[in-house]
Amino acid sequence: MRTGGEHMSNPEDCELKGGASEESEIVHNDTGITRREFIIAGTATVAATMLPTLAYGQTPQQPKLVQPQMAKVALKVNGTSHELELDTRTTLLDALREHLRLTGSKKGCDQGQCGACTVIVNGRRINSCLTLAAMHQGDSVTTIEGLGTPDNLHPMQQAFVKCDGYQCGYCTAGQICSAVAMLNEIKAGIPSHAMADITAQPKLTGAELRERMSGNICRCGAYSNIAEAITEIAGRTV
Amino acid sequence: MKPFTFERATSGADAAAAAERHPGAKFVAGGTNLLDLMKLEIETPTHLIDVNSLGLDKIEKTPEGGLRIGALVRNTELAADENVRRDYGVLSQALVAGASGQLRNMATTAGNLLQRTRCPYFYDTNQPCNKRNPGTGCGAIGGYSRQHAVIGVSDACIATHPSDMAVAMRVLDATVETIRPDGSQRKIPIAEFHRLPGDKPHIDTVLMAGELITAVTLPKPIGGRQIYRKVRDRASFAFALVSVAAIVQRDGSGRVALGGVAHKPWRIEAAEAEMPNGAKAVVARLLAGAKPTNENAFKIKLVERALASVLAEAKGA
Ligand SMILES: Cc1cc2nc3c(=O)[nH]c(=O)nc-3n(C[C@H](O)[C@H](O)[C@H](O)COP(=O)(O)OP(=O)(O)OC[C@H]3O[C@@H](n4cnc5c(N)ncnc54)[C@H](O)[C@@H]3O)c2cc1C
Ligand code: SF4
Ligand code: FES
Ligand code: FES
Repeated sequence: MRTGGEHMSNPEDCELKGGASEESEIVHNDTGITRREFIIAGTATVAATMLPTLAYGQTPQQPKLVQPQMAKVALKVNGTSHELELDTRTTLLDALREHLRLTGSKKGCDQGQCGACTVIVNGRRINSCLTLAAMHQGDSVTTIEGLGTPDNLHPMQQAFVKCDGYQCGYCTAGQICSAVAMLNEIKAGIPSHAMADITAQPKLTGAELRERMSGNICRCGAYSNIAEAITEIAGRTV
Repeated sequence: MKPFTFERATSGADAAAAAERHPGAKFVAGGTNLLDLMKLEIETPTHLIDVNSLGLDKIEKTPEGGLRIGALVRNTELAADENVRRDYGVLSQALVAGASGQLRNMATTAGNLLQRTRCPYFYDTNQPCNKRNPGTGCGAIGGYSRQHAVIGVSDACIATHPSDMAVAMRVLDATVETIRPDGSQRKIPIAEFHRLPGDKPHIDTVLMAGELITAVTLPKPIGGRQIYRKVRDRASFAFALVSVAAIVQRDGSGRVALGGVAHKPWRIEAAEAEMPNGAKAVVARLLAGAKPTNENAFKIKLVERALASVLAEAKGA
């Protein structure tokens, strides 16, 4: 209720609001508890019911680890080798962004649902948010920074610029990495849900492109231009 | 995420033994389900055993004429395998109907079988959920239950198993091969692998502590027209509301398994006798005794229509 008041410009409205909140101190029931007290008591109840929850969350024999644990991992990123010592909890995405300062790959959902974090590992596109850096000992990672540079864009990057395949740009690095690897998947004959015959050789039709790129969400809805950019490159390579 | 120690296992026996040494341990394969749940602290392992270097990433012919799929074979590789596409088409179709291209490049055969439910209450740690926290109640019963199970449910849990791949494995009569910490191995028929919730919905499968899946085997191909039909809220990258995996032979006989309706891939072999009599007859047997909620009762009709369309397609070819 209070937050509504913050947006009000009319002081009279604010006063009205103030009045209403004072009214909420009136005891509404015969327990003698005011609403404010009731809310505080309610929070305590929630906390109390959460306790068994926490107790159940861990089986009794499990040792409790509170200190961060470290692990060593050697990664090749965009052609450069790195030896990192990281908290074991570090995802590949966080290792790239926070430790190697390669901030082109974006964190959208951190749950595998949006594709903004898509990078290419050993030639295959993956969601870097749902994999630990420590699981990539010896792997070769290509991020958007490794595909091209501002003076020497990758053809897919050029096509996105030419076709205006973005608005805010947040999903773009993921879209481009995904698209580059996706075209290679078609070349390698990897089937998709868009194929009527699963044993056939895939071709890049509009329906195939949309199906194969469905792991990359664009909140700005730049899809038609993204599809145009990919189709332009596909025309040359697939 | 809670802190955990990390090790890379080098053999199956090694991994299973490591799991026994660390009571709070979990295996990590693709990580696409486990890490998601660890971030939310729904899973809180204190030790992770990375099983990606076990060499269990091959697909081989078995002496019986079937196929042995290593536990670490990625969903993309399995869907693309020539033998799978030709002889077990329903499996390829189910795989490519699941998740996204990026996720399928990480997701493994074993991890896919063991993925946990997508019940929204299971994911929301502010909500009661017997599967996440035994004894706290079930938020979905009497709550938002549109996606939930209609059959095999219990008073404790009405969650569904979300895998597409597992439904195809069920219709193909797959077998799950494992190794235990003491080095012994066993073979579990897929029909017995996933559990119904009963009063222990926090236990999804019959696997024991530290038991590692090494492979999934498929029996000799049985031919027939193989179709996986997934019905969902959007055309791609969404979990199934219902799905049908069917193998239909020329004479109209065949097999059917369902996804999105139960705590496990749902198949009743006896119902398959009705195949020549059409979808309505099959579903009447297959979903006999169903206990849908008001919100998900539509799934029964949806299964019937999906199966009718699958049978029509099979006939047409
Ligand atoms: C956004 C999103 C959408 C999705 N959509 C779909 C969909 O439409 N259809 C669908 O079917 N799936 C879908 N999935 C789920 C996906 O298929 C699973 O997350 C994936 O298959 C899990 O495999 P993994 O190898 O990554 O498992 P992990 O996350 O590594 O492991 C899962 C579980 O299996 C255990 N485990 C792994 N390997 C072994 C082994 N060898 N032996 C014993 N235990 C083992 C782990 O300890 C863990 O408990 C989706 C996932 C996401 C994130
Ligand atoms: S249906 Fe099962 S998973 Fe969902 S809230 Fe109920 S107990 Fe939890
Ligand atoms: S941030 Fe990884 S998929 Fe959204
Ligand atoms: S350009 Fe804004 S999210 Fe895609």
